[in-house]
Amino acid sequence: MPLQSRHLLGLDGMRREDIQLILDTAVSFREVLDRPIKKVPPLTGKTVANMFFENSTRTRLSFELAERRLSADVLGFAATGSSVSKGETLKDTARNIEAMKVDMVVMRHSAAGAPHYLSRVIEANVINAGDGSHEHPTQALLDMYTIREKLGRLQDLHVCILGDISHSRVARSNIFGLKTMGARVTVCGPATMIPREITRLGVEVCHHIDDVLPSVDVLNVLRIQLERDAGRLFPSLREYHNFYGITRKRLEKAGRTITIMHPGPINRDVEISADVADSEHSVILQQVLNGVAIRMAVLYLLSSRT
Amino acid sequence: MQLLLKNGRLVDPLTGRDEALDLLITDGRIDRIGHSLTSASAQVIELRGKVIAPGFIDMHVHLREPGFEYKETIASGCAAAAAGGFTAVCCMPNTNPPIDDESVIRFIQARAKVALGGLVDVYPVAAVTMARKGEHLAPLAELATAGAVAFSDDGDPVADTELMRRALEYSAMFGKPVIQHAQDPALSKGGVANEGFVATSLGLPVIPRLAEEIMVARDIRLAAYTGGLYHVAHVSTAETLATIRKGKADGVHVTCEVTPHHFVLTDESLRSFDTNFKMNPPLRTQDDVEAMKAGLRDGTIDAIATDHAPHSFDEKEVEFQVAPFGIIGLETAVGLALTELLGKNVLSLYQLVEKFSLNPRRILHLPDIKIEEGEMANLSLLDPVTEWVVDPPSFRSHSRNTPFGGYHLTGRPIGVLNNGQVHWSTPS
Repeated sequence: MPLQSRHLLGLDGMRREDIQLILDTAVSFREVLDRPIKKVPPLTGKTVANMFFENSTRTRLSFELAERRLSADVLGFAATGSSVSKGETLKDTARNIEAMKVDMVVMRHSAAGAPHYLSRVIEANVINAGDGSHEHPTQALLDMYTIREKLGRLQDLHVCILGDISHSRVARSNIFGLKTMGARVTVCGPATMIPREITRLGVEVCHHIDDVLPSVDVLNVLRIQLERDAGRLFPSLREYHNFYGITRKRLEKAGRTITIMHPGPINRDVEISADVADSEHSVILQQVLNGVAIRMAVLYLLSSRT
Repeated sequence: MQLLLKNGRLVDPLTGRDEALDLLITDGRIDRIGHSLTSASAQVIELRGKVIAPGFIDMHVHLREPGFEYKETIASGCAAAAAGGFTAVCCMPNTNPPIDDESVIRFIQARAKVALGGLVDVYPVAAVTMARKGEHLAPLAELATAGAVAFSDDGDPVADTELMRRALEYSAMFGKPVIQHAQDPALSKGGVANEGFVATSLGLPVIPRLAEEIMVARDIRLAAYTGGLYHVAHVSTAETLATIRKGKADGVHVTCEVTPHHFVLTDESLRSFDTNFKMNPPLRTQDDVEAMKAGLRDGTIDAIATDHAPHSFDEKEVEFQVAPFGIIGLETAVGLALTELLGKNVLSLYQLVEKFSLNPRRILHLPDIKIEEGEMANLSLLDPVTEWVVDPPSFRSHSRNTPFGGYHLTGRPIGVLNNGQVHWSTPS
């Protein structure tokens, strides 16, 4: 069964069996990563362009590694700032790269919908590596993979996503994916960071983290963007840490074993305390490793959907 | 040159007349009105089942000239207006230079005179503030004297409350309305989509409905306090309409317009990230669309205007967040109104003609169009039943940025007569 779409633009509307297929395919690639020789041939002769219009270190490295592990030829392209400020449109940039006979494009872009637009104007398979505050599908897939690896299932688990939900593409993709896979999802954060009508996505909303922790299986802690709207969404990092920061004390009070996730990079002792990030219940580094396997699975599955 | 319009249904809100009649037009003047008129020399146009209405005006158009002639010119905009069934347009001041000096008004008037032989009356809307910056009043008296029919910083609201107060006071001296693109910029800053479920799903920066509602509420208080004439451009939310409805009931001089896209489309369309659904105010929800229809029906909404906003293909062929706001509307408005309002029993033909002609002219204090013997013919001819498909490549506008390409519509403009000129939209 191939994937329904020849692009990975987001998890909104993706079929359950497609998510299942990607997670299952990633299991065998995850196993490849434990071998002494971590390279397999499926993308031999294929060229993948990584177009990063926004700063990213780990996602770009993770994709690059996944591409190389699959024996693809890899083309890197980094340009910060919008297409307009560069003086060349996204369409022209992408078509120029495609003219060099590129098979797949991985794109990170600050504008929501940019990969959707790109998929209409070029022939290559498009993989969304994060578009504005919209989606970051491979992050959510690797999060789901990691939860499944740790807890054996997704169905009926209670996952809480904590932080600035309004501006988080990680939150949105996780919500879409987890709801499709049958999990219960709660979003938690200050009211200024919860977008309107989000309950219509089938999630619960909570503003006091201590109220929800006692029923939570997995806590996905989002990075707090220090620079965002300073002083308008929340008054100070100290206040955020006091009311929402995940500390050992807070987790002990919940009286329950909670798997701790974080998409990185971590602000230690702001949204998560150092001892929690490094604790035995934290799967943060597994997420990073699984990210390579998930991206290999996505690249592999899409490469056969030309 | 004589034209005999046979058996057309004359719908004239000014006189209340609604009957099938013949009109004999000689050199652009209505010679005779009656039944079974004949003329040996006239070109006969059979209009059985068709409608003769007073000339339509689109009071919210961006003609882009001077300054942005690659998007639209006064000539191409007038051609689009005539093709769309309009004999008059108001052109907005966000040109370069902006319409904040009478020389720009004279330039526009000169260009309009030679477009289509002067068929389309072009009424400039001048800026409220110098360079539309919201800081100092433009020379409103000079602009009014030169021919400005209203004042607006359209595209940008007059956000400064004190300045808006002064603008209303000052413009009222000449009986000219202030047209407000009502949107509190502190609330709408950076936004591209209606705040709600769709924007939440898509992660798009938002323009809350509140931004419009708060400014309209403020402005209505200002209009009540100053006695100014206040017109709300392109209303988009149900609550805005409720506020205007109350203002009208309280006797405040407040009027408003709605665009076809705000009574046809919702923000659900944004899921495609197609930039032809990006406009300001943004598309709202189905509840708002229903409220627009109710407001049209109960008279809260006075006029239908398009906010015709041409942009080049390349300007719109970018990421959604990067694209400019706005769509063209002159060549689809009448078809959409006939299909969605007349065809779905939201408005009677009589009411529809009011909203395209009588009401907007009265908001702007333009003379009523008289369909009487001896008067110059200023007429829009409509076919309310023929089905057609919107075909942007055939548009007369320079630009093609419409979300309605491929739409199947019922009813369309046939032609227009004004200032001694005739223009047919379709081969007759």
